[in-house]
Amino acid sequence: MTFASRLTSGLAATAIAALMAGAAGANTLRMADSTDIAAMDPHSMTESNTIGFLNHVYEGLVRYNQDLEVEPALATSWEFVEPTRLRFKLREGVNFHNGNPFTADDVVASLERAAHETSPVKSNIPGMKSIEKVDEYTVDLVLSGPDPIVLNYLTNILILDQEWMAEHDALLPADMRGGRENYAVANSNGTGPFMLESRQPDARTVLTVNEDWWDEPEHNLTRIEFSPIGSDATRIAALLSGELDFITPAPLQDVGRIERADGASVIVAPALRTIMLGMNHTDKLHNSNLTDKNPLQDVRVRQALWRAIDMELIRKKIMRDMSRNTALLVAPPVPGYSEELDVLPPADAEAAKALLSEAGYGDGFEVGFDCPSSRYVNDEEICQAITAMWARIGVDAQLTSQTPSKHFEKVLAGGADIFMVGWATLPMLDSYSVLSALLHTKGDRMGAWNPGGYSNPELDALTDKVAVELDVEKRNAMMSEALKIARDEVAMIPLHQQPLAWAVRDGVNIPITADNKPRLWYATIE
Amino acid sequence: MVAFVIRRLLQSVLVMLAVALIAFTMFRFIGDPVNSMLPENATAEDRQTLRENLGLDQPVTVQFTRFVSGAAKGEFGISYRNKRPVAEMIAERLPATLELVLAAAVFALLLGVPIGIYTALHPKGVLSNILNIGSLIGISVPTFVTGILLILIFSVWLNWLPSFGRGETVQIGWWSTGFLTVSGLKSLILPAIMLGLFQVTLIMRLVRAEMMEVLRSDFVRFAKARGLTNRAVNFGHALGNTLMPVITIVGLQLGSMIAFAIITETVFQWPGMGLLFIQAVSFADIPVMSAYLVLVALVFVAINMIVDLLYFAIDPRLSVRA
Repeated sequence: MTFASRLTSGLAATAIAALMAGAAGANTLRMADSTDIAAMDPHSMTESNTIGFLNHVYEGLVRYNQDLEVEPALATSWEFVEPTRLRFKLREGVNFHNGNPFTADDVVASLERAAHETSPVKSNIPGMKSIEKVDEYTVDLVLSGPDPIVLNYLTNILILDQEWMAEHDALLPADMRGGRENYAVANSNGTGPFMLESRQPDARTVLTVNEDWWDEPEHNLTRIEFSPIGSDATRIAALLSGELDFITPAPLQDVGRIERADGASVIVAPALRTIMLGMNHTDKLHNSNLTDKNPLQDVRVRQALWRAIDMELIRKKIMRDMSRNTALLVAPPVPGYSEELDVLPPADAEAAKALLSEAGYGDGFEVGFDCPSSRYVNDEEICQAITAMWARIGVDAQLTSQTPSKHFEKVLAGGADIFMVGWATLPMLDSYSVLSALLHTKGDRMGAWNPGGYSNPELDALTDKVAVELDVEKRNAMMSEALKIARDEVAMIPLHQQPLAWAVRDGVNIPITADNKPRLWYATIE
Repeated sequence: MVAFVIRRLLQSVLVMLAVALIAFTMFRFIGDPVNSMLPENATAEDRQTLRENLGLDQPVTVQFTRFVSGAAKGEFGISYRNKRPVAEMIAERLPATLELVLAAAVFALLLGVPIGIYTALHPKGVLSNILNIGSLIGISVPTFVTGILLILIFSVWLNWLPSFGRGETVQIGWWSTGFLTVSGLKSLILPAIMLGLFQVTLIMRLVRAEMMEVLRSDFVRFAKARGLTNRAVNFGHALGNTLMPVITIVGLQLGSMIAFAIITETVFQWPGMGLLFIQAVSFADIPVMSAYLVLVALVFVAINMIVDLLYFAIDPRLSVRA
């Protein structure tokens, strides 16, 4: 198509939507997030804010409740008929927003679409081999091996209507090579508690309540108006001026200001995302005065670096008392977390210095330190503070802060000595995520985020066992053990779980969940 | 004349190619889009597959050739983040940016020209001095500060005007306009002021300088000697001669206003092209960024070309030389 014909044809679709007036009723929730949702197609990207929003329109076989426990959604029950065959009973009497009934065909088509070769979300359902229809309301998910966390994955795989996709030629996910738009990218037809009324990208997306929803609604909303507002100052101003009821995130430095203002308040919770420092475990540093050896290979040096960081000070001064310091690489709600392992000794520069001398680096050394800017809460400030703390023990960290895409490109290519990374373990919500991606020896399928080359056969063996162990107790114990190894060896330096802050107008109740996805089907407006 | 136009056109094509090349080289330094497109738990294998799918593993020269041949046909590919055709996304946001720029330009002219004339006619007046100092402040305060201040005063304190967005829009064919609804017009005020404020001071100072220059020229003196009224001299003779260069500058400024609308659009969440570009940068969405840069270059080239042609029409010396 030419530019001109695209201009006309593409815009005709949005024309009607834009005409819809935003008549704000009594129970309209007007909300803003810092970024717009990427697309309406739940299989076109894996951004958690988009998936979280789309979850109001589309649903999965299972879902997380307010306490992040898996509960039935479009499936009512499930059982392993074989270790690699998971049978789901589907909910009967559910309709899509266009009136089509929900059946096994929809599940088969949706899962095949999500796991398709060109699908960007296929890594979110890695164990799936095939999906088979047993009868109208029963499906079998066939796995390539035993998978203890398959249900966690499935919370994120949303179900589309097979007939609707077939009608609009959208049975395959958006293909970047074809250069053709997928119908589902701009349109939607789910089973969720809300329906898409209109969408103007970057301006406003409006949802209305689905009166026909299968579940008993706990919310009392009739309409959701979502606007992205990138500028923090504007987002807060819009809340304080009464143009919005709910904003995510509320920047930490403005929490006090919102609290002082009339009519609005902040809700804070520790997030799942653990911020940590990865290290170069190879034979050579990239950015150092030492060219013949890598001090980071010595566990005493890594311990010294850890002990030198005063997380208490960072929590008070930079995180305004809202972060949660941690000695483990996962947050408390994540299976595998163990309270007794999560003991962080107070920072001690003297002890750190002693450890360095013992390792033969009493005079310190230079090392590269890479940090993203504005990817995590106050990331640059934290890195600057750490650089100063390390300077006190003689370690001269050469700090580089750059945009997230640039930062992660360098980190993943293995070009960083010490680097900041945050890990929320989503969507699986399980320590296996950290073990397999960050700590396991790098290979084709494992250790994708282990560019520093950390390798411990014992930890690898535990991780491989965790991957297939179906007994929850045993599995959690193994994950804790593996996390203990990582902690004792200081494979990475854990810093804290960053805080999650939302702000609401008085009279609006929204439960805050650690995964940073507002679940508005629990929201009420007085 | 024809030779002149052809030469200009060829030069424009060269400029466009140079911009495309610079833009393309820049993208090598903004990071790997694959990292933001895949989930954290994607394997190295998945990353490689996607990179090959997008053709990012091919040499830069191949990628550049493909980009230029696509752009020549108006094909800019599919957005990495939004999975929609880039041409369509830009077309959708073009009206928002153009309406904002138009409103800001009108605001700047309506305010800048009269103030400029006044300060030129009363160079020693108290009000003129205040306006001159005011214009210095206007020219030196960063625009995002002005924007935030406007929001604070008119949205948060006074609650008169919306702090973000474009309000209700009406669709006329493929063009979405905010001019026809009350909320659309109200939403336009603050962003237009923010974007236009710098231009106000620029136009005002330009008009003032030009006007003072013209007032000193011989024909004005003769007009006065002929006993014409001040009014007839100032507005009948001087103003017309003052406005010629002003119109040229304003025309050229239109291009930079389109380009610099980025900041205003970010502060006010104005759903225009600048906002689209900023989001594309943070996601390393190469198709969107390259299309935007090419389009902005095209606007500049087109405006310059039109100005050149106007000169050609106005100034007979150019055609003699050609």
